[in-house]
Amino acid sequence: MDIDAAGLAVRLRAVTKTYDNGVIALGPLDLDVAKGEFVSLLGPSGCGKSTALRLIAGLGAPSSGAVNVSHRAARADGRHPIGFVFQEPTLMPWASVRENVRLPLKLAHAAAVDADRRIEQALAQVGLSEFADAYPRELSGGMKMRVSLARALVTDPDILLLDEPFAALDEITRFRLNNDLLDLWRKLNKTIIFVTHSVFESVYLSQRVLVMTARPGRLAGEFRITTAEPRGEAFRTSAEYAGYCREVSGALTPSYAGQRGV
Amino acid sequence: MTSLQNIGRMLMPVAVLAAGLSLWELVVRVNDIQPYVLPSPSLVLQTLAADWLVLSQSLGVTLLTTLEGFIAAAVGGVALALLFNQSKWLEYSLFPYAVVLQVTPVIAIAPLLLIYLPQQTAVIVCAWIVGFFPVLSNTTLGLNSVDRNLAGLFHLYGASRLQTLRYLKLPAALPYILGGLRIAGGLSLIGAVVAEIAAGAAGAGSGLAFRIAESGYRLNIPRMFAALLLLSVAGIVIYGLLALVSHLVLRRWHESALGKDN
Repeated sequence: MDIDAAGLAVRLRAVTKTYDNGVIALGPLDLDVAKGEFVSLLGPSGCGKSTALRLIAGLGAPSSGAVNVSHRAARADGRHPIGFVFQEPTLMPWASVRENVRLPLKLAHAAAVDADRRIEQALAQVGLSEFADAYPRELSGGMKMRVSLARALVTDPDILLLDEPFAALDEITRFRLNNDLLDLWRKLNKTIIFVTHSVFESVYLSQRVLVMTARPGRLAGEFRITTAEPRGEAFRTSAEYAGYCREVSGALTPSYAGQRGV
Repeated sequence: MTSLQNIGRMLMPVAVLAAGLSLWELVVRVNDIQPYVLPSPSLVLQTLAADWLVLSQSLGVTLLTTLEGFIAAAVGGVALALLFNQSKWLEYSLFPYAVVLQVTPVIAIAPLLLIYLPQQTAVIVCAWIVGFFPVLSNTTLGLNSVDRNLAGLFHLYGASRLQTLRYLKLPAALPYILGGLRIAGGLSLIGAVVAEIAAGAAGAGSGLAFRIAESGYRLNIPRMFAALLLLSVAGIVIYGLLALVSHLVLRRWHESALGKDN
């Protein structure tokens, strides 16, 4: 069945990934993500969750299985169906914030006038309009991450893939970015797949948490986080939240059982 | 750093120079050493002024040779590195010969080149041979030092080879290229001088190195020193200029060009 007809943004079927050195990193993994859904992939380090994300992005081919990603009818003028945010900000240090955000449009030869407008819009969405002419080295870690997010948003993607984007930030900055990301998701109606190794972050953010086992990564459990929307800081301190975290942690523990030296 | 420390840093080498020159002058005068054994610094300066017409002409010739050799080294080194970067097989086939050219002492190659090439061309080729390798190896290193995630991002957004080269690899390699050019500048001067010395025996040259050789045959030691002084100053100016260019190009973003307070 066509995945668009099924209302899905991403569908993985029996996907595995074996690296050249023989390490089996992933799978087999089955995964369905509905359009507009916010899903977290949660698992221990090295469980292949980043690998799964890279396969969805097309940054590598699966060793076996099928990866299907919904593409709206091919769109010109620099729109791209997928936005990717790496664990590091991954900015070009030689270019200003504006030029960094412009990159995907420039690579797609988008018209300059249209591009300028969209860059302003993307920067406004992450609250960085005033820093358009700054260079990455002049920004804090949180602000660099916002630039990275703006760059992912500038192509107006249907699907946002985030690979532990806030892992290197301090807790206060991470909480703020969590809230901003939730705001963006509610406003922009994107599908978001969020990779993290933080139980608390995954429960706070997502509608659905998928727990993965240690290498090779497989699904170990699935949790729907249903609570009164929109979520805010009150949810973070609620008993309901603590309950979800306990449940998810419980599913995660066996993932670590087989690992030595953790 | 305080301004007092800054002034101190500038003054100390000058003070050492003044002390050294005074001692030299004193030793020559007290022992009444003849100029054809060791000329005093004051005599060297007098000679420099008296022979300025001849020496400045020679300086012009040597600088022109150096410049031509440097430009050839810069263009050749970067172009070859770009070719190597696009085709591994080309790199495997040709890189060993670049190394051979580099490790064979140019002083040994110069006489051969003078047999097969017109003198002016041979001199420039010598300047090129010693200058191009640092540019080649540094540029290669720079092109291979591209951030892996940034490369992934370019791949994700469907960048062409040319776009990846222009917007990613070349800017990322720029600090390395500039470092290579800084070394190549001084080396081009050395190459030019070596070739002039080798050609000088044939007696057709007019560069500074030729003046040094010629003055040596005539026991005009003060002029040898004056020519040597000009060569040193030329080398320092070349290095200073290239360092300045490097600083101006990189000052907005690269660590090497940033102040300590950043």
